[in-house]
Amino acid sequence: MATLNIQGVTKAFGPTHVLHGIDLDVADGEMIVIVGASGCGKSTLLRIVAGLETASTGNVVIAGRNVTALEPAERDVAMVFQNYALYPHMSVFDNMAYGLKIRGLPRDDIAARVQEAANLLGIGALLERRPRQLSGGQRQRVAMGRAIVREPKLFLFDEPLSNLDAKLRVQMRAEIRRLQKRLGVTSLFVTHDQVEAMTLGDRLVVMHAGHAAQIATPMEIWARPADTYVASFIGSPAMNLFPATLEEGGHAARLDSNGLVLPFHDGPRPGPAGRKLTIGVRPEHLTPGQGGLELQVDLVEPLGGESVIHARLADGTEVTAKLPGSSYSDGALNVIIPLHTLHVFDGETGKRLEAGG
Amino acid sequence: MSQVQPAIAAPVPLAAEAPRRRRFLGADLTTHVILLLGVVLFAMPIWIVLMGSTHDAATIGRGEVPLLPGSEGWNNYATAWSEGNTRRASVPVSTMMFNSAVMALLITVGKLAISITSAYAVAFFSFPGRMLCFWAIFITLMLPVEVRIFPTFQVVSDLGMVNTYQGLIIPLIASATATLLFRQFFLTIPDELVEAAKMDGAGPMRFFKDIVLPLSATNIAALFVILFVYGWNQYLWPLLVTTSTDVETIVIGIVKMLGAEADTEWNIVMATTVLALLPPVAVVILMQRWFVKGLTETEK
Repeated sequence: MATLNIQGVTKAFGPTHVLHGIDLDVADGEMIVIVGASGCGKSTLLRIVAGLETASTGNVVIAGRNVTALEPAERDVAMVFQNYALYPHMSVFDNMAYGLKIRGLPRDDIAARVQEAANLLGIGALLERRPRQLSGGQRQRVAMGRAIVREPKLFLFDEPLSNLDAKLRVQMRAEIRRLQKRLGVTSLFVTHDQVEAMTLGDRLVVMHAGHAAQIATPMEIWARPADTYVASFIGSPAMNLFPATLEEGGHAARLDSNGLVLPFHDGPRPGPAGRKLTIGVRPEHLTPGQGGLELQVDLVEPLGGESVIHARLADGTEVTAKLPGSSYSDGALNVIIPLHTLHVFDGETGKRLEAGG
Repeated sequence: MSQVQPAIAAPVPLAAEAPRRRRFLGADLTTHVILLLGVVLFAMPIWIVLMGSTHDAATIGRGEVPLLPGSEGWNNYATAWSEGNTRRASVPVSTMMFNSAVMALLITVGKLAISITSAYAVAFFSFPGRMLCFWAIFITLMLPVEVRIFPTFQVVSDLGMVNTYQGLIIPLIASATATLLFRQFFLTIPDELVEAAKMDGAGPMRFFKDIVLPLSATNIAALFVILFVYGWNQYLWPLLVTTSTDVETIVIGIVKMLGAEADTEWNIVMATTVLALLPPVAVVILMQRWFVKGLTETEK
């Protein structure tokens, strides 16, 4: 149990810069999920914390101790890998015990710790088996067990759920979260799946092109995304983004697509009239009604209680709406944008623009 | 449905069934005849040697090729084992077998040890000149022993290793083939496994001992068989480097036993040949299960 501080970590592979200075402070017992598209540097960041990669600049501090120059084994961290990385020739027991054996713990202690972790994970009956005799979910548990028995300061998860089928993934997700809360171990969890990120994390780090685009709680990221990338990455289906211009002395935006004027309900945005904006609206916030957007529906995905509607505006701009019920069909559909759900971003930088700022 | 079924089956005439079965029988017969011919082709010489080794020298001397066991078997094998060739001064087969065994085993163990460690270095570590090392090993694959045999002999003779075990073994002890095979196998070990071991605190030696060696067990067994047979069958190099009988290997011994036609004790030669066959056969049989496993599957 410990805090983790990542201080100005950068990483370059030759001329390619993968991380451009990441700062992150993780509190004791906190579960941080690092989420981003592939190639955003999230795995590299995790591997730097693990010690499997060295940072080009910056420091990694675990429990107040600067571990930047230390080997992985000396950092007192445990990692769960995407492909589990179990030793194929060892039994489940030996897989979990190996790290402890190397540390030279007494045999009895090892057996007790492994047994305890195995019981916690419900794999007590599998200790004599080889990894290839296990199902994917069981292997996953063994990999977790191997991390738990070490009683590390920090858990690192590198997309551990992506090799499981959908149902098992949901189940293991809940299990990991429950376990992490119960053990109270500070954790970093890397994933590309935003649902996983939202449900698991105390806080999320949304990574984009080697930067931490936003670090905040899941709900804050959902409610107040820091830029258009975060806005479209978090939330499913993705947020609708419309190009627009600032109007009426900063009190409203005019959509470029159809000239619709949307007054800001919470106050004016700074800038000259005609400033480029991007207006964001989540699909689930659109509601049927006249006087808003006139859509031409080209695909309806019924989900039971609600439907995801893919449509276009007259000028071809794509719009996604998530509406209650399932009685939708291709053709014309009118929706309105509730004004309190608007997200306003700078049209050039993509950064969020707050009222009165 | 179950009532309809026999109605369809019944009209098929039994006569139509018969020729089809006969054709299968014919195909079966052909394959078996070919297989049997193959077996005879390979087994016959061994059978002749086996039978020849149980007759006295005169029988074979007359030009007979006995296909049934004779009565001199025990004597022939005992003579060969303890005395070797009786008409010329020579070493007993037991000595030659011992020499061959020492050479074959040390070559095999040496080749395995050297190639697995060098493959480990080339596959898992990055150091300056790594690819150079790899290519240097790889290119020697293309040089047959014969090409470098004279320089090698010069070196061995300058080092004073002619007629010694060292001279027999050391020039044959490195194997580019085995190194290459181990390297290819090591490259299939997932990076995550290496990293998991690092997180567990295993250093390079520990990782080698605890992870790499057990995972390579089947490969090692397969290579052991191949390399042992290779070492046992060595002919050209031992022929060059051994001139005294102390370190003579059995393959060389057999050749030396073949004197002029009339002077050759064929019964002893054949007994010696059979004895020479036994160790490689034993190794293959003992390690067959592992050998096949090593060639067909990898435990990952």
